[in-house]
Amino acid sequence: MKRTVFRNRWLPYVLVAPQVAITLVFFFWPAFDSLRLSLYRASPFGDRLIFIGLRNFERLVGDPAYLRSALTSFVFSFFVTFVGLALALLLASLANAKIQGLGVYRSLLLWPYGIAPAIAGIIWLFIFHPSYGILPWLLSFVTAYQFNWFLKGWVAMVLIVVAAIWKQFGYNLAFYLAGLQAIETSVLEAASVDGAGPIRRFFAITFPLLSPVTFFLFTLNMTFSFFDTFGLIHSVTQGGPGDATSILVYRAWKDGFDGLQLGLSAAQSVILMALVIVLTAFQFRYAEKKVTY
Amino acid sequence: MRALRQGCAGIVTLVVTLSVVAAPATSWAKTEIQFWHAMTAVLGERVKEIAAKFNATQNEYEVKAVHKGSYPETLNAAIAAYRAKQPPHIVQVFEVGTQTMLSSGAVFPVYQLMKDHGIAIDWNDLIAPVKSYYSTGGNLYSMAFNSSTPVLFYNKDLFKKAGLPDKPPATWDEVEAMAKKLQAAGAKCPSGSAWPSWVLVENMHALHDQPFADHGNGFDGLATALKVNGPFGVKMLELLARGAKEGWFSYNGRLNKAEAMMGGGECGIFLTSSAYMGNLTRASEGKFTWGTGPLPRMSGFPQGNSIIGGATLWVLKGAKPAEYKGVAQFFKYLASTENQAWWAGVTGYLPLTNAAVKAMEASGHFQKNPNQRTAIVQMNSGKTTPNSQGIRLGNFNSVRDAIEEQIENILSGKKTAKQGLDDAVAKSNEILKEFAALYK
Repeated sequence: MKRTVFRNRWLPYVLVAPQVAITLVFFFWPAFDSLRLSLYRASPFGDRLIFIGLRNFERLVGDPAYLRSALTSFVFSFFVTFVGLALALLLASLANAKIQGLGVYRSLLLWPYGIAPAIAGIIWLFIFHPSYGILPWLLSFVTAYQFNWFLKGWVAMVLIVVAAIWKQFGYNLAFYLAGLQAIETSVLEAASVDGAGPIRRFFAITFPLLSPVTFFLFTLNMTFSFFDTFGLIHSVTQGGPGDATSILVYRAWKDGFDGLQLGLSAAQSVILMALVIVLTAFQFRYAEKKVTY
Repeated sequence: MRALRQGCAGIVTLVVTLSVVAAPATSWAKTEIQFWHAMTAVLGERVKEIAAKFNATQNEYEVKAVHKGSYPETLNAAIAAYRAKQPPHIVQVFEVGTQTMLSSGAVFPVYQLMKDHGIAIDWNDLIAPVKSYYSTGGNLYSMAFNSSTPVLFYNKDLFKKAGLPDKPPATWDEVEAMAKKLQAAGAKCPSGSAWPSWVLVENMHALHDQPFADHGNGFDGLATALKVNGPFGVKMLELLARGAKEGWFSYNGRLNKAEAMMGGGECGIFLTSSAYMGNLTRASEGKFTWGTGPLPRMSGFPQGNSIIGGATLWVLKGAKPAEYKGVAQFFKYLASTENQAWWAGVTGYLPLTNAAVKAMEASGHFQKNPNQRTAIVQMNSGKTTPNSQGIRLGNFNSVRDAIEEQIENILSGKKTAKQGLDDAVAKSNEILKEFAALYK
């Protein structure tokens, strides 16, 4: 590693100051405020602030709906991450082949990432809406079964999982493509000479060599599905039907900004914060050991 | 390049100079009044229009109507601004937020505001359901603005196709019988409803004189328990669950999302806010014809009245006396019979004063728009009882969520009506308890 030496003692501090300031104002301050607020019963207009210790957390842990929401979040994240990464890897492998018009395919595959989650939600709404969506209309010619996800929880879940995967797809693909291109062709050629078929080559060489990318994408997709999918859920299902798609971050928003139960909402964001810290620490501690750089 | 740079510099200098000159001039000439609202599309234009009309009548005050998003978003924006000590003068808050506002300590009561400025308004002329919903101890705390009540809409073309007479169903028995015929004739949504909790639970309880919550629905003190899991609520939801199962009742989402089905011409019978009229007129133009009727009743239960929804204008504390004077003038302008009749006529909301109703009758407005009379007739023929004067709950929005979540579980067959409503009550009571603990 090369060490950069600054002549002026203060210059490095001045240079990092804006970043530090942004982090303090937009990350640490709100985080500490949530931490504080989670111990209070707070009125919307701020006229009442009653210290209640861990009562908000007790309420959450004792609420079966909250535990169900936690389970929903994990199921949702699991599918978004694993199915999403598997698909991205598959398509990246195909897009890495030497075929004509490769540039066009690649650009088209990257497109969805440029779309904001809420907009992605609206697009999917137009496709899947039970009354004005095009897909239910087409399906009505084939089957009498009604895919009304306003009432069928599992259909709603599948819908947002697919939408989230699609939305994140371009990003995953870009990283996998870059990863694939970094693999020395000589290694793969040597394996071919030794008689390894494409599938064997993939699992014995490509996949292990891609593990840093996979590791990075895994962490990123978990975080994405836990937090960034808010806009998608808000525009498509609003957490329903029942609470079938009410993931933790959506619940925290709903209780806080729709229900104006600020203390309870803060407690939920503290739990989410803890979850992210644990998840990330766990991944770096255990998963990173298995990663070959 | 050099010319460009000079040009830019010139523009910057010009803008700076202009703003320095212009800024004090405007703020000196007129007192600005911030009016934050949640009205969209046609309704948003009408709000702008009435503010502009008021501004044109005098040159002391300038009401600035600012759209702040949905009702919850507007309330959130006002709360954030209030906490940052930059509150708007007027904020439009939906009926669900009434208790939150009353408890907040952030409100300058409207009756007080008008009294302080020597403006006499005959509050007794307000139509009864509006007055009862927004008054405390006989005093009006917020300025009535846009109120509506749910009514029944029906698609005349679908009725004809199903061989039904051109007459809305008056009871739930008739709704079921007619919806089954509509279903047989191929209607995708034989019967349906928007605003599930407001229409099917809150209003149905009030219409049949059934209590929704304890302490007189929260009017005699902070409510601590919901009562929707009684025999009436269970019977109502059992009927709807059977309808969903048999296919003659169609559920299409929370809030007003189901209105898309009615507007698309798919629904035969549909319950939603009377203020949907304007949008339905536009959506149905050249496609189908429709009519309205009062909400259907369930036999064997007493007569109550439907309750209102919509929003009122709240005045927040923290502004200067001169500004409050402007707010009072603006409210006086809004309250005039002429403007009340205009607002109700162009929006489809209820005319809020008896004088406005009379003026609209006199001008022949209802002859031309008979559907606008339905809601008024419905409310006047009902009986205002402690169960039908309104509902006032803390954290009401969360309570509504809890109810709608369970409506979905009941209609999808995941839970029985009794079980679902019991769960809704348990969850809501927890929410109410928290609010009561906040203001004990």
